[in-house]
Amino acid sequence: MRKIFDFHGGIHPVENKHQSMQVAIRQAGLADELVLPLSQHIGAPAQAIVAVGQHVLKGQVIAEPAGFVSVPCHAPTSGEIVAIEKRKIAHPSGFTAPCIVLRPDGKEQWTDLHPTPDYLAIERHELVDIIRNAGIAGMGGAGFPTAVKLSPKPDTKINTLIINGTECEPYITADDILMRERAMQIVAGAGILAHIVQPDEVLIGVEDNKPEGIAALAAAVAESQAEIEVVTFPTKYPSGGEKQLIEILTGKQVPSGGLPIDVGIVCQNVGSAVAIYDAVVHGKPLISRVTTVTGEAVSERGNFDVLLGTPVSHLLAQAGYEKKRNRRLVMGGPMMGFTLPDTSVPVVKTTNCILAPTEQELPTPPPAQACIRCGMCAEACPASLLPQQLFWFAQGKEFEKLEQHNLFDCIECGACSYVCPSTIPLVQYYRAAKAEIVTLRQDHEKSEQSRLRFEARQERLEQEELEKNAKREARKKAAEARAAQGGADEDPIQAAIDRAKAKKAAQQSDTTKPESEQATLEASIATISKRLATAQEKLDTARTLGSDLVDALQIGVDKTRAKLEAAQLKLQALSDNEKPATTSTPPVDAAQAAIERAMAARKSAEALTPEQKVAAQRDKLQQQLEKATKRLEKSRESGEEEKIITALESTITRLQSKLADLSSAGQDS
Amino acid sequence: MALMRITSPHAHGAQRTDRVMLSVLIATLPGVIVLTHFFGFGTLVNVIWGGLLGLAFEAMALALRKRPIAFYLRDYSALVTTTLLCIALPPYAPWWLIAVGVASSILLAKHLYGGLGYNPFNPAMVGYVILLISFPVQMTAWAPPRGLGEVPGILDALRACFTPAHYDAITMATPLDLLRQNQGFMMEDLWSQNPQFGRWAGLGWEWVNIAFLAGGLWLLYRRVFTWHAPIGMLLSIALLSAIFYDGGSSTSGGSPAFHLLSGATMFGAFFIATDPVSSAVSTRGRLIYGLLIGALVYIIRVQGNYPDAVAFAVLIMNFAAPFIDHYTQPRTYGHTKAKPADEVEGDH
Repeated sequence: MRKIFDFHGGIHPVENKHQSMQVAIRQAGLADELVLPLSQHIGAPAQAIVAVGQHVLKGQVIAEPAGFVSVPCHAPTSGEIVAIEKRKIAHPSGFTAPCIVLRPDGKEQWTDLHPTPDYLAIERHELVDIIRNAGIAGMGGAGFPTAVKLSPKPDTKINTLIINGTECEPYITADDILMRERAMQIVAGAGILAHIVQPDEVLIGVEDNKPEGIAALAAAVAESQAEIEVVTFPTKYPSGGEKQLIEILTGKQVPSGGLPIDVGIVCQNVGSAVAIYDAVVHGKPLISRVTTVTGEAVSERGNFDVLLGTPVSHLLAQAGYEKKRNRRLVMGGPMMGFTLPDTSVPVVKTTNCILAPTEQELPTPPPAQACIRCGMCAEACPASLLPQQLFWFAQGKEFEKLEQHNLFDCIECGACSYVCPSTIPLVQYYRAAKAEIVTLRQDHEKSEQSRLRFEARQERLEQEELEKNAKREARKKAAEARAAQGGADEDPIQAAIDRAKAKKAAQQSDTTKPESEQATLEASIATISKRLATAQEKLDTARTLGSDLVDALQIGVDKTRAKLEAAQLKLQALSDNEKPATTSTPPVDAAQAAIERAMAARKSAEALTPEQKVAAQRDKLQQQLEKATKRLEKSRESGEEEKIITALESTITRLQSKLADLSSAGQDS
Repeated sequence: MALMRITSPHAHGAQRTDRVMLSVLIATLPGVIVLTHFFGFGTLVNVIWGGLLGLAFEAMALALRKRPIAFYLRDYSALVTTTLLCIALPPYAPWWLIAVGVASSILLAKHLYGGLGYNPFNPAMVGYVILLISFPVQMTAWAPPRGLGEVPGILDALRACFTPAHYDAITMATPLDLLRQNQGFMMEDLWSQNPQFGRWAGLGWEWVNIAFLAGGLWLLYRRVFTWHAPIGMLLSIALLSAIFYDGGSSTSGGSPAFHLLSGATMFGAFFIATDPVSSAVSTRGRLIYGLLIGALVYIIRVQGNYPDAVAFAVLIMNFAAPFIDHYTQPRTYGHTKAKPADEVEGDH
């Protein structure tokens, strides 16, 4: 008899396993739709290689591994790919993830399989490839890609291969029933594994609460004459944890942060052993698994052979689920399982149990009381931690203390929460604290990287500056040397400045400013004239209608007119500026007045005889002449500008000539 | 109905804090009954009056701290504190002495530090020491045990408590006092001269201790606490008294049997040193904690000036508990050796 070791702590929760062990494994049947998450394992998600609408055969690869720590995904049955989209998956957070959705055609048409019954004849690494290509990931619950565990570094010596049939979680019987019904496959799978890793010994570890399973395994081992030892040990939760099982069977502990392989051990679940057997001997990829459906809210408790991707609702329907009696649906066992958001999530490679308890069976936890540091958690902890201290530090967010107290060695088995008399959800605190520490570490790493990047950049800039300075210095020296040699050489900088100056001056000389100003003025005059005309019209209408607005309109018209006149003056001044010599018109306001007067005079003159007209015109001209002469005299006295005087003089001359013309015409007639 | 979302584990053991506290209360019964048998109803009156005061003070403190009162009163922790304090007090103590003691325990030692689970010192022992220092006369007035004097009736006990001015207390030195005041007698002579010593350790006292031992063993059987602290304490008391027994000479410190069965030894070992809140946390730490309490008890008994030493020893070790914790962190799975908390750095 082999020496059995004990591990620290552990608990003895009510097992509740018999309920689901009354009947043999049943087929769960074909659901209407299979939802296959691309990530059913630990590691990189697989990459879909099928398109929507494509028809696939049972066992056909529909997603390929995306790296070393990754596994492919196969079509569990033949049918059509109806969608590749995000669906709710079995995850504690209840979030969605990319899934391939397959609608079965019911034909169950297999793709071509490549069995290797004589596996001893092929290379060991080829066997590992077969296992990888079959999509096998740890079926005990963790879902670590099996092939990765079987690919140690070349010089690693494996002492012990352990097949884990412990199944220490209450309620779950998926492994137990496999051992009872498929012991031969387990032993054969163990044989394949032993051939791959070449260990000194092969052990199948089973808790002593599964006598039928143990007997079946023993019989299978005897029949196959394999060098395998079935080891039983006292039932205690969590003896099925990989680390705990290794300690029980070998007395060794996996180093903190290390892997079983570090102590020369490879550990595989019995479910994985069966999957490996199927993959190698029958060439069948992993497309189904045995899942326990139990709890008092299902009437037909038992184990089902279920296609991966089958919605939990379909599975529950097969088992007689009474929704009314169920408040909490758990995937996994009552110690480490997680609650499902709803029943639409699919069964995946790691789904060992669907637990639908009633409220009486697993009551809602009462509110947490104060921690009295009773130490029962420390007694129960299989990792020899001090859960009460960790809780204290987690509450205070003392992350350093948490790490000092080995928070990361916590396997989250839930034994501490189970025994806590104050019903404190301890594991929840540890999970949250772990997540926060991981985030902090990542942040720290990021900031460290950016610090390094910044420093590198600073250094580079300094280096560039230095180089620039050196070049500048060199150029300066060269120029000085040239100046000393040639002497008369023109200074290039001075030349450049001169060029720039010349350019600027040229720009200034051909400016188009006055013309544009004139254009603006003309435009504004046109606008104002228009406005004036409109206003005048309105004023006239108002007058005829006798409106009250006459005064206001009058003021408006006057103002507009004043503006117009001002603008015209300005324009005049502008054109005077340009061609002062040719200016012959009197100031605009005077001219306007003159025009108006002239028009008025013409109107009145039309009624007169030609003689009278001429006389009136002459009178007018004489008046104008007098006015102009007076103005000229005034201007001369006040010393007005030359051009105005000139303009006035020319006006007078013109008036005089006109008057003379008129006199001669009068004499003619 | 939406499915409930909670984290694992979903199963839970049967143990509850209120049940733990209730177990402790039940476990004190044998001791209280034997005390009542030998010393009359004084202890019972103490416990009941103290319990009422304790609940009142607890409720008041919870109300002031805006905590749910019924929820916390139902954990029985206040009753445990006052019961332990009142068992330690001399019987026939006046009502105000008990009131001061209970107020010190509940308000000062417990709620001022944040309530249940947050108190660094054992609340019952804080109350006891405050009284011992403030009112030494009342605190050392132990009644004579049955067989050496009249045992007062229940009315006397009530009068002693509530109208102390009209009650003539009869007091007698306890065996521990007698031993401390021993002036050159051999142990054998001392025993034969003083009927208080009884068979091994003191008339009445030996049975009181055996009763508390029985209650403690029951708690141990019920896994309310581990053996480490009480056995550690008893072990070091036995060891030290054996070393300094000196064959029963006139300078003897008293036999192991005397020390184990007199005063508050068993009560202290199983009901005071096992208080989880104020003790060390790991089992190894609790063993050291118990051993050192026992050593202090012996030293204070033999060298000190006080009638008993459990309260002082426990409070001193309460101070030391975090220090012990620091050096007794257990070796975690997968680590090569246990290290003090501050040396674990760089281990990852």
